[in-house]
Amino acid sequence: MVQETVPVVVHPFSKYLRADMMPHIWCQGCGNGILLNCFVHALDELQTDLNKLVVVSGIGCIGRTAGYMNADSFHTTHGRALAFSTGVKLANPELEVVVISGDGDLFAIGGNHFIHAARRNIGIKVLCANNLNYGMTGGQQGPTTPLESVTTTSPYGNIEHPFNLVHLAAASGATYVARWTSLHVRQLTQSIKKMLQKEGFCFVEMLSPCPEIYGRYNKMRSGLEMMSWFKRASVVENFSDPSKAEITQEKIAVGEFVDIEKLSYEKMVHEKISKINEKAIEGVS
Amino acid sequence: MPKVKSGLTGVHFMNGDVACAEGAIAAGCRFFAGYPITPATEIAEHLSQRMPEFGGIYVQMEDEIASLAAVIGASYSGLKAMTATSGPGFSLMQENIGLAVMTEAPCVIVDVMRGGPSTGQPTLPGQQDVMQAKWGSHGDYGIIALTPSSVQEMFDLTVEAFNLSEAYRVPTLLMGDEIVGHMWEKVVIPSADKIKTVNRKKPNVPPEKYMPFKPDDDLVPPMACFGEGYHFHATGLTHNEHGYPRTSSSEVQSKLVNRLCDKIQKNADKIVRVEEVMLEDADVVVVAYGIVARAALSAIKKAREKGIKAGLLRLITLWPFPEERVAKVAKSAKTIVVAEMNCGQMVREVERAAKETPVVFLSKLGEEPHTPLEILEAIRRKR
Repeated sequence: MVQETVPVVVHPFSKYLRADMMPHIWCQGCGNGILLNCFVHALDELQTDLNKLVVVSGIGCIGRTAGYMNADSFHTTHGRALAFSTGVKLANPELEVVVISGDGDLFAIGGNHFIHAARRNIGIKVLCANNLNYGMTGGQQGPTTPLESVTTTSPYGNIEHPFNLVHLAAASGATYVARWTSLHVRQLTQSIKKMLQKEGFCFVEMLSPCPEIYGRYNKMRSGLEMMSWFKRASVVENFSDPSKAEITQEKIAVGEFVDIEKLSYEKMVHEKISKINEKAIEGVS
Repeated sequence: MPKVKSGLTGVHFMNGDVACAEGAIAAGCRFFAGYPITPATEIAEHLSQRMPEFGGIYVQMEDEIASLAAVIGASYSGLKAMTATSGPGFSLMQENIGLAVMTEAPCVIVDVMRGGPSTGQPTLPGQQDVMQAKWGSHGDYGIIALTPSSVQEMFDLTVEAFNLSEAYRVPTLLMGDEIVGHMWEKVVIPSADKIKTVNRKKPNVPPEKYMPFKPDDDLVPPMACFGEGYHFHATGLTHNEHGYPRTSSSEVQSKLVNRLCDKIQKNADKIVRVEEVMLEDADVVVVAYGIVARAALSAIKKAREKGIKAGLLRLITLWPFPEERVAKVAKSAKTIVVAEMNCGQMVREVERAAKETPVVFLSKLGEEPHTPLEILEAIRRKR
């Protein structure tokens, strides 16, 4: 009898993830894994140096992403990922600093940090999983919840106008802004690749299905139903007016909205420091 | 790479905020993030000018929450980092003090105390944040807080705060007040080679063996920084020695939180500093700190002139509380007088340590700290 050993197949992307952190916490039908997958694909295609990558998250379902990445990673307090990352990037501009967080974290409790990080144009790359509600705490209304959506804290229908995130990012000064849904994996991966190669503050939003929590209250109980909505409503409108890219039941404008060149804050800071440092040394000698 | 410029040395006349800023530079601080607030603004102003001269970074953030978050980020990127604020900003920082405690990020937070609560008295001194310094962030933890009494100490203790923070991987607080911040005095700055500086311990194991939260015998884990190839994870969640979240384990929670308390408490004898003046035969001992200790010193000298055996125990370290020193003093003293610019904060700690010895509390709020005469009167009543 000839005995054969089945070879152990290592997933080509296993080096990007911490296997000992698995299983992940995400529900069936959740889009967060798709976002992580696209991010890892982008890193792989760019052959990003993992020793120079720092992944930072805030609090929430997607906030656990930092822990799943086999790179230096930090899971901050709620909303503070961008403020924390500002210190990281300024102190060591060689690092590729990526913030992966949710809509509640980045735009409610962390909203102030978002607009100021974008205004400064610090070279932090932001990937936002927008699931239209607070998933981890059980589905409360948040800053992106569409009007009339039912959540555990808007049982009679949401009456707060939601943020249009691509408009907010563009108005705040981001150099690259894109929105896709979890259905647009190729486009999303391309956008992540693009932002990783750009200078300055970049923002990519991915609409993430949350059938277990958001969908449950809004007649989309399965991941498939949520994805069907994305498929039905998504319209690619590259470089259209971000102010008109509101998310509604009928239409989700997706695509790239901003792609401009602007000197990054960390470059300006360090150029100035070099000059002053040089001068100060000369003054002494 | 920034070139090395030598710091200020020699004899200078400056205010306390500037002395603190120069102390930070001397300690090796190369990152400051802050938000303008009276009476700490001069620290930010001075560092915005001085930091770049040393190749360091000054950044003004959108608020105090962001300021401390950025400081923790810079610390994890390998720089010695600091922020400075006053009461209202200190309140906002409590959240990320907890994060710095939990992720063991070395950093220095200066609180130039003013009158509170709320907006209070921005241009006047206070000592109302000293309990907040210990208990302000939620959860249990150990912390180090130092309190300067002079402009010279604004320099010296800023250096010490960095050293302690680096040694114990804990946010270290410098609890000044409006007077020591704004007062001008002589400051003597030694040459750089005479100033002791401490740097955090680095791991001496290869990345695959590195456990970011596994402590050495001193209860402090060696610290890798971002970009050094260790691929470590840090989180504000309860975590094991790998840094991985363990939110359902009472064992991990108990081990971690007890260590965070113990690494300060069990090293207290190495951390604690007090100044003892004429305590050997003292019947009445004044316990004071910060600017109030200056008046207390004057008061005990006047009391001695009048034949009263008075002494001063000046607290330089507020946290960990110098419990043993107070207990020792209380054994021989007949009365302890505690003078503070608040409604009674450290006095409770003193009472706890003093046990049977009666403690008298002398409170003062508002424009001026206690005068020597006011403290002298309290001493005379208790002789």
